[in-house]
Amino acid sequence: MRSLLDFAWVIVALPLAGFVSLLLLGRRLGEPRAGWLGSIAMAGSFVASFLVFLGLQNQAVEDRRFVQTLFEWVPAGDFSVDVGFLVDPLSVTMTLFITGIGTLIHLYSIGYMHNDSDFPKFFMYLNLFAFSMLVLVLGDNMLLTFLGWEGVGLCSYLLISFWFSDERNASAGKKAFVTNRIGDWGFMVAMFLAFTTLGSIQYTYLLDNAGSLAQSTATAITVLLLIGAIGKSAQIPLFVWLPDAMAGPTPVSALIHAATMVTSGVYLLIRVNPIIAVSAQWAPTLIAWVGALTALLAATIALAQNDIKKVLAYSTVSQLGYMFLAVGSGAYVAAIFHMITHAFFKALLFLGSGSVIHQMNNDQDMRHYGGLRKLLPVTSTAFIVGWLAIAGVPPFSGFWSKDEILAFAWETNVILWLIGLLTAILTAVYMSRQVFLTFFGRYRYADTRPEEITQAWATRIAEVAAAVETSQTQLDAAEVANTKATERLVTAQSKSAMRSVELEQADTTDERAVARATKNLERAQSTLASAETAAAAAIEAYAQAQRMFMAAQGAQEQVLLAAQDAKQSVAPSIFDTPDLGELDETDFGTALQTRREHHPHESPWLMTVPLIVLAAGSAIVGIMNLPFSSDLHFLGHWLEPSLYNNEAHLTSSGAVKWALGIVAVLGATGGIVLAAAVYLRAARRVVDGGRVGYWAERIELPLFARGWFIDESITDFMGGPGKQSFKALAHFDSKVVDGTVNGVGRWVRLGGNALRRVQTGLVRSYALMVAVGAVVLFVWFLSRASW
Amino acid sequence: MLTLSSLDFIAVTSAPSFPVLSALIITPAIGALLLLFLPNNHPDHFKQVAFLFSAATGAMSIWVLTAFQTTSAAQFQFKDHQTWIESLGISWSLGVDGISLWLVVLTGIIFPLTIIGINAEHGPKAYYAWLLVLEAGCMGVFLALDLFAFFTFFEIVLVPMYFLIGKWGHGQRAYAATKFFIFTMFGSALMLVGILALAFLNQAETGVLTFDLVELANSQEIAKSTARWIFLSFALAFAVKVPLFPLHTWLPDAHTNAPTAGSVILAAIMLKLGTYGFLRFGIFLFPEAAVWFAPALVTLGTIGIIYGAIAATMQRDLKRLVAYSSVAHLGFIVIGAFALNTEGLEGAILQMVNHGLSTGALFLLVAMLYDRSQTRIISEMGGLQKPAPVLAGVFLLVALSSLGLPGLNGFVGEFLTLLGAFAAHRWWAVVAATGVILAALYLLWAYQRVFHGAVAERYAQMSDLKLREGLLLAPFVVGIIFLGVYPKPVIERMEPAVDALIAHVELHVENFSEPTANVVVVESNQTSNEGDGGP
Repeated sequence: MRSLLDFAWVIVALPLAGFVSLLLLGRRLGEPRAGWLGSIAMAGSFVASFLVFLGLQNQAVEDRRFVQTLFEWVPAGDFSVDVGFLVDPLSVTMTLFITGIGTLIHLYSIGYMHNDSDFPKFFMYLNLFAFSMLVLVLGDNMLLTFLGWEGVGLCSYLLISFWFSDERNASAGKKAFVTNRIGDWGFMVAMFLAFTTLGSIQYTYLLDNAGSLAQSTATAITVLLLIGAIGKSAQIPLFVWLPDAMAGPTPVSALIHAATMVTSGVYLLIRVNPIIAVSAQWAPTLIAWVGALTALLAATIALAQNDIKKVLAYSTVSQLGYMFLAVGSGAYVAAIFHMITHAFFKALLFLGSGSVIHQMNNDQDMRHYGGLRKLLPVTSTAFIVGWLAIAGVPPFSGFWSKDEILAFAWETNVILWLIGLLTAILTAVYMSRQVFLTFFGRYRYADTRPEEITQAWATRIAEVAAAVETSQTQLDAAEVANTKATERLVTAQSKSAMRSVELEQADTTDERAVARATKNLERAQSTLASAETAAAAAIEAYAQAQRMFMAAQGAQEQVLLAAQDAKQSVAPSIFDTPDLGELDETDFGTALQTRREHHPHESPWLMTVPLIVLAAGSAIVGIMNLPFSSDLHFLGHWLEPSLYNNEAHLTSSGAVKWALGIVAVLGATGGIVLAAAVYLRAARRVVDGGRVGYWAERIELPLFARGWFIDESITDFMGGPGKQSFKALAHFDSKVVDGTVNGVGRWVRLGGNALRRVQTGLVRSYALMVAVGAVVLFVWFLSRASW
Repeated sequence: MLTLSSLDFIAVTSAPSFPVLSALIITPAIGALLLLFLPNNHPDHFKQVAFLFSAATGAMSIWVLTAFQTTSAAQFQFKDHQTWIESLGISWSLGVDGISLWLVVLTGIIFPLTIIGINAEHGPKAYYAWLLVLEAGCMGVFLALDLFAFFTFFEIVLVPMYFLIGKWGHGQRAYAATKFFIFTMFGSALMLVGILALAFLNQAETGVLTFDLVELANSQEIAKSTARWIFLSFALAFAVKVPLFPLHTWLPDAHTNAPTAGSVILAAIMLKLGTYGFLRFGIFLFPEAAVWFAPALVTLGTIGIIYGAIAATMQRDLKRLVAYSSVAHLGFIVIGAFALNTEGLEGAILQMVNHGLSTGALFLLVAMLYDRSQTRIISEMGGLQKPAPVLAGVFLLVALSSLGLPGLNGFVGEFLTLLGAFAAHRWWAVVAATGVILAALYLLWAYQRVFHGAVAERYAQMSDLKLREGLLLAPFVVGIIFLGVYPKPVIERMEPAVDALIAHVELHVENFSEPTANVVVVESNQTSNEGDGGP
């Protein structure tokens, strides 16, 4: 059976072969064959992992460590590093779940990435990722782990910015890589320190001889590796890249940013457990606190996110925090246990959310979901299993692993346990919120949305304002016409009066004059009559315009009032159809119509089958490490050879353990009940006091929604003082450093110009200079002479 | 333990009767001469002839590589020794060892590639002739074992590069060319004084006037303080060439305004004249002074890493950004070299080759982008991955090699230089290692602004990598991957020479031993906590 161990290289080689084939042939293969090729490579890798697992299991416990060396990679003096694989229970456990879950996610992606123009490239990157991840866990030395470490970082970068045309995706990818590199710095320096003190960074040597490290050195290595782990596993303060990483396609989020890559930091710390064991006590304590605080912080942020993937992203950060808490408490088995259960349920939740997003036209806002339980029966059932697992409801897997971590935390420090418990409660709350908002309640996708209602009102208000303006213009015109008509009337009146005076004064004897005056008067009177009619009409028109104006103003006032009324009801209620007030369908554009006509349905089998498998896993994988008796500690016993007896052991009595378990279950249940009361109609009236959203507002604090302002502050700093100081240096370079050079050049030129005048071409002046020089030299020699 | 002087006189058994090293220098020189006599009515012929001669040189350099004996890489092989000016002790002395081997091969490969891959924009006759002169000069610098010959070649290379920048360059080419020339002349003028002082002072002590590198290195007769001054004069010349902060400001101007071939050769080969000079003529000739000045040089190297990276981040011109990245990369070489241990020195030599491949390829890629977009201003590009995915892919690969991604060439060199530096100057290495964060920042940010985002209408129809361009880049890509995955053959061939150099330093410097792993002696698993290597 030992020969089975020789398959180790196959685990790594298959995804690499997949990557190379897809690189060369991907476009020609096209969809879906490229996807199948990638998936088969992964499946093959899983089979190889399983064979190696069998091979290892057949070894005696003390022989369960096998190094397969392929070739010497970097030989330089005393420094020598191979490309070789360390096969031991820890690495094999990692490869099993990486390849297993990886295969499922590859299959799922064939459905998810359907019709993407870069379909083959996606699988090429996924295979490259799998290769890097497997090198990371199988590498038999720190440098090879580092190769995988940076390789997965690269794939993460490539896949986050997969849809690179959107600037935000590109920025998120870059942010992930650069933030990770901060951690990588720690990893690199740790390698330098390990090599210069022990003379090797090969694990078998390094770990067997860690005991000879001085405490201070071991502590330094631990802390430096912790910095690396904090970057890769998104802990405080380097967690900010992970939520942004959700810009990538959802299968990527599931595989890289939940199940596998982000657990590398935990893996690395567990791998070097003999070094941690030699460290000063504050080093593991630091790890535990980083984990606990990250778990809590991220959970609070998750409470207030509306983007379905952002909730899961912060949840991942939080769950990774649990794993760090476990590592810091010496509970390595619990950390791996939780890593595995988390890989199942978080991959499930991400893929489930992907299925939802896929069916909701890429809308990721949970406020737009609701009631999807009936429309997506398989997805929702699977998702609910994942929810129960992460919320810590027995007998689902998450309960067992989390409970174990909490038990160790209890023995390490009660405050750590309290933080862990509080986080567990919050986890139950935010995950229940997610499930209730997405799958329960009313189907809200076809609803008019607050922003649309606001928009509609704005349109309405603009319309009535335009009407007011039009009538105002008309009114002004009528007023002008009225004034003019009045003026004309006055003129006609005075003219008529003048004509009648003229007639009276006319010489009665002169008939012709009288006749002329009479005629004039008649004409004036007729003008007067028409002016009177026109004036009357103008007054009437003016009055009419005034009435219209008043009406328009009245309408505007009414609309504004109605809008104001409506504004108060615009605040979203997940329970009731939005109150449109005086608005009607015609106020909304085609977007609403499109949504009305959209009917989500269950995703294709390629997507649902992985969901079902993962759901089954999430439900049952807890059995690999049940707490009831030592015999049921399968995982714990299996991992023993990798842990060098550094695993902490629980000393609490059975009763205490039971009590802790019960408290944890009560906490989870409480969280679910609270979320139900706030987000499920049936339970709402009890707590809400009739005020819609009252409790939701108290849970979804702006502080949480904006992530405690941490990311914003960092961004502001980098974009502000950070960038300014970089600019200042570039400016310094061009003005001061280069300026000095150019300045010297200028002075040389000026000096040259001055010196040029010396070259007069007159022998007399040259002779003079020679003479002066000779005198100076003579004086100098005299002064040097000793007497 | 064989000392170098004894090694020097062991005849290398495979030494060919054909003076291949002289041929490496003379072949391009003959080519240049021939070009001058070619009629002007067939402009294509200039390129073909130039390629022929440089390719022949390249082929010979490959032959040297294959015939090179790894086991005796500490010795100078293929030695070619002719008396030149007997009365002054000057000789035409050439040789190649594990330190210079890869630079010779790099020179042999890069020149024909740039000649065949890049067309002269105008005046092809002079252009290709100057390139061949440049090749002869670079080969001469890497092969010379006589200080006088070395200085001659070191100076010769300035002339063709001056004309290449000044006549075939862009933008402020006259300013850049003059700046380049004056800077390097200023440095090497002092070195000439240093060379003469060394030779004559050595004569005063030993009675023999010689410019022979090995003899001078083994005599070590001149006073410590004098040697330090002379080292300084050499160091200044090399520091300008590297360039080290704060003598780097000629580099961005020269790189940016040079024609593409000039930038590629400048980055790939000519910057190495300085770092190679440090190894061969700095550390080897003046071991005590090198040890004494090592902290200062490591400091400048570290500053260069951080400073160059920050300055690169803020550049608007893509070519200038690559130029500043060179300042950072060369900083790694310097800290590795002056770590004065096997890891550091091997990393430094490896990094010389790596930088040649990565930065050379980057300049080619920038030129290809310029051909398509008529701009090098980063903000004027964007979204180019859409129309040109293959070009983008190659650019990303090269950028990743440049930022030191494991699995690609840059990482191995960077890691070894840092590891070596850590053993020697711990805190500097810790600071220098942050350079890898900044490298990721400026390269990926540049990549994002050029290739990601929405593509502008005017670039929508941009052509992807053409076959000719792909063939030109292929050797670089192959080198980048090969050296990243399997650097062993390269490191193996330099190791004996590096060890000999360290032994030489240990021999001639009191109280100096190679700063290396402060290894805890492990007896069994229950040993005590002795042997703390902690800070």
